[in-house]
Amino acid sequence: MNHPSTPPPAAPQLNRRTFMMSTAAGAGVAVSPHAAAAPDAPPHAGTQPTQVSVNGQPHALMLEPRASLLDVLREQLGLTGAKKGCDHGQCGACTVHLDGRRVASCLTLAVKADGCAVTTIEGIAAADGTLHPMQQSFVDHDALQCGYCTPGQVMAAIACVREGHATSDAQIRESMSGNLCRCGAYAGILEAIREAAPLMLRREGPRHA
Amino acid sequence: MRDLAYLRPRSTGEAVQLFARQPIGARYFAGGTTLFDLMKLGVEAPATVIDVTRIEGLANIDASERGELRIGALAAMSEVAEHAVVLREFPALSESLWQAASQQLRNMATVGGNLLQRTRCAYFRGSPEFACNKRQPGSGCAALGGQNRGHAVLGGSEACVAVYPGDMAVALTAFDAVVDTLSPRGERTVPVRELQRAPGATPHLETVLAADELIVRIRIPRGPVGRASTYHKVRDRESYAFALASAAVAVQLQGQRVADARIALGGVATRPWRATEAERSLRGLPLTRAAARRAAELAFTGAQPLEHNAFKVALGIETVTDALMLAKDRS
Repeated sequence: MNHPSTPPPAAPQLNRRTFMMSTAAGAGVAVSPHAAAAPDAPPHAGTQPTQVSVNGQPHALMLEPRASLLDVLREQLGLTGAKKGCDHGQCGACTVHLDGRRVASCLTLAVKADGCAVTTIEGIAAADGTLHPMQQSFVDHDALQCGYCTPGQVMAAIACVREGHATSDAQIRESMSGNLCRCGAYAGILEAIREAAPLMLRREGPRHA
Repeated sequence: MRDLAYLRPRSTGEAVQLFARQPIGARYFAGGTTLFDLMKLGVEAPATVIDVTRIEGLANIDASERGELRIGALAAMSEVAEHAVVLREFPALSESLWQAASQQLRNMATVGGNLLQRTRCAYFRGSPEFACNKRQPGSGCAALGGQNRGHAVLGGSEACVAVYPGDMAVALTAFDAVVDTLSPRGERTVPVRELQRAPGATPHLETVLAADELIVRIRIPRGPVGRASTYHKVRDRESYAFALASAAVAVQLQGQRVADARIALGGVATRPWRATEAERSLRGLPLTRAAARRAAELAFTGAQPLEHNAFKVALGIETVTDALMLAKDRS
């Protein structure tokens, strides 16, 4: 498509994500205890000290006990990969790994992650940017359309393989039933997992998690 | 959602003492898959949650005793589902867990918490404009004259027809499991079968446990009857849905005849529903499909269908019949 009237891009570009995140003061910054009462305190700043490792990075946070892990990841740590679909544990879009096990981060109190290791979709590619085999397989098999459920699908799929539940199509379908895709990319998702499973197992060995 | 205080005891004794020191409105909190969900809906509003998940030693599955299997209350549903002894001796228990929720939720939810899962009745979970005697005692029951396709045909009252939604408790009811609890008044043991109350005129009182009473373990008698068992669950879709009708069934045959049979129903009743008359009807008989069907019909004696759920009686009878035949194939 030709858009002759489109102006040349200004630098720096303000994309939607940057804009959204800039409205959450302190995004991406670990909070010290003294910042909790400040007027520009980030969302979910509270009184409960919580030490959590996220994608290998240690964070010392002061949290409201009512905050979900999903909200803290997205709004306080700037990790917007995990999505808020239903916020009631029904859709799987918020799936992350907590100490190696897949969980619904929307139904996990963030304070319960104290002393735990969290892995999100932002933490699975290699340091040089090479995609995780499961991510690459989703790309190769068109295992998405709008992409909204994809971070949760990929995190659930990696866990599915590590749990040993990717040994047949029927098992994969059953094991992935907690992740809904409104676009209906299920056939591609199934193919992606089927192909990535042996690659992952060769790399990690069985029952890695 | 209102803010709350958060406490994290390290022992069962400390948990119970902390609870006793709270003003009204404290709740024990484990996986959170029911409680946090209901807090977001405004159905639950605890002032304090006491996170029991860091208590040491409460997540063990102990098969060292010949007479019983002991499952710590904090064991995850996913761990119990794939435990070797559970798979071998109580396949219906493993299946009831595999067929519940999603793997994400099974990793989070504990077996102690799962026993206390609250109903999925949409009026209970809905906003205050809907009458619900369980959520707001005395307000009425919107389900009786409303959308009641998913509601109970057994055990309901004029105050409440909400279905008990869990699967595991149905299997545990068939196996005569008990729970051990701790409160400021000491320890006691409650059969799983008696844990949930019939709604009667007080559906807001769901279990026989006091608010400060903590489930610490589940104990299941070990014996031959569990091995030939199955959990058969019929849903609107094949995975990740609540039961329209389910049956936990176990049979023990001597020769061709039934020595012991267990039948418990889910998805159709206000509490995990043991069908003792149906069980008795099978004893001493060859387990034919006709005998199984007669037992299944007995299990639904006295069913009281509502406007939209009469299908559950026919579906439930088929479910129990099929489950008995599946269990027979395993004996």
